Amino acid sequence: MLLSVENLQVSYGNIKALHGISFGIGEGEIVCIIGANGAGKSTTLRAISRLVPAQPGTRMTFMGKDLLKYEPDKVVSDLGISHVPEGRRLFGNLTVMENLRLATFARKDPKGIAEDLERVFAIFPRLKERENQKAGTMSGGEQQMLAVGRAFMSGRKIMLLDEPSMGLAPLLMKSVFDSMKEINRTEGTTILVVEQNARMALQFSGRGYVLENGRLVLEGRSDSLLADPLVKKAYLGG
Amino acid sequence: MAIFLQNLVNSLQWGSFYALIALGYSMVYSILMLFNFAHGDIFMVGAYIGVGVSFGLLALTSSGILAIPNWLILVMTILISMFLTSFVGMIVERVGYRPLRNAPRASAAITGLMIGIILETGNLILLGARRISFPSLIETATYDIGGVFLTNKKIMIVAVSLLLTLALHQFIRRTKWGMAMRAMSFDFVAVPLMGVPVNKVIALTFGIGSALAAAAGILFGIAYPVLDPYMGVLFGWKAFVAAILGGRGSILGATLAGFLLGFTEIFVAMIFPSTLRDLIAYSIILLILTFRPHGFFGEPYSAQLRL
Repeated sequence: MLLSVENLQVSYGNIKALHGISFGIGEGEIVCIIGANGAGKSTTLRAISRLVPAQPGTRMTFMGKDLLKYEPDKVVSDLGISHVPEGRRLFGNLTVMENLRLATFARKDPKGIAEDLERVFAIFPRLKERENQKAGTMSGGEQQMLAVGRAFMSGRKIMLLDEPSMGLAPLLMKSVFDSMKEINRTEGTTILVVEQNARMALQFSGRGYVLENGRLVLEGRSDSLLADPLVKKAYLGG
Repeated sequence: MAIFLQNLVNSLQWGSFYALIALGYSMVYSILMLFNFAHGDIFMVGAYIGVGVSFGLLALTSSGILAIPNWLILVMTILISMFLTSFVGMIVERVGYRPLRNAPRASAAITGLMIGIILETGNLILLGARRISFPSLIETATYDIGGVFLTNKKIMIVAVSLLLTLALHQFIRRTKWGMAMRAMSFDFVAVPLMGVPVNKVIALTFGIGSALAAAAGILFGIAYPVLDPYMGVLFGWKAFVAAILGGRGSILGATLAGFLLGFTEIFVAMIFPSTLRDLIAYSIILLILTFRPHGFFGEPYSAQLRL
């Protein structure tokens, strides 16, 4: 297991968001977690990124290292866990290039950075065209490309993607997912995606989990989940 | 005309102090949405550290250990004091503000005021109530240009403050640390996701702001050599006004507003009785803020504080 999560519990004040969920992801896999709004999908990713504290009893390891011992910035810079947050959260006052550069803040391999930059521009040629434009002035699709590109630059053993389809037209959504699939194939980057758009996520991934009210209720290969009558009824519109 | 120009020259010097101090307020505010109300007192601490450093260097030269001219002592005093005072700022952040990062903003504001009082009274305890004079390191040379009197000190003060402001501007535009500061002013919580050690960036921000305040303190000591522990209080508040007037996180704004404040004060005092100076000057500033509540270059967005 590349990433192993056991009994993950998170509370916001008195409200329990995750009731002890467990799952694992192997190297090179594409895994999705689907669920309704408020099921705890984003919280799961935030807990892995150490942005929200996990409650006692939680165990999380990444490549055998205890995740709970890492600060949020070290999760990215030392472990290579990159996180594309919900709503993308680009730095709108910085240019496209600066957004990509900032993601390499802790890296000390100028050569590797230059190569990665080339690769990002090869995957998303549009970003190269917009290099010196302020990120805040780009379209939603371009912003999502930049968000993925930024995650690519920061370290990419695994990418955590929070609702990448949000606010995108179906065609754009497809092209963003295709690009990520390409990154997974060519770079061996493991991908964990959480999505409300269950159909898209299950078509894109190899395995999936269903999260309901802070509990994992179902898991399996994505194609069998797509055919599962319960999943069909609850998440795929019948 | 000569009187106008003379006052203009004087207000450039006066505004330099405000501008340099305002930068520290503005930088911290832009990334933490927090006003470091101890900042005026860090200006005071910087001036005192400057006195200590310059006396130390003077003692070294008079005992023959160091053979350097006085102007070099001044340069070294400014640089060493900026360096030392930056640690005062970083300690204030580490001890006073970091534990309150997620507390209500009012708690942090009160902490700032308390730290200010500690610095003032700490100075009183350490050095007593006597006033301390900044050593005269350079002779004043006066130049008469068509009835307008310029001194070498005035020129130096304005030049140094502009130079430091320009250096800060370049730092924030061109370096990755400056880039991280700009990113934090836009979206604080997303920054660690880039692998950026936010606590280090915050410490550096406090450090740079404090170093600039120390430079202001020493330049002030050169122009007005008598220092007292409360010198930073009113100065700090006024520089705070300049930071607000300049707009959140704007270097250009804080600088312009600092000079505008100096200009307004001095020209009000030229026309009206000087006892009314602050009343009239700050009424004008209030009027400007009524029409431009975000300041000159501030933007009406607020940083995103939640992920």
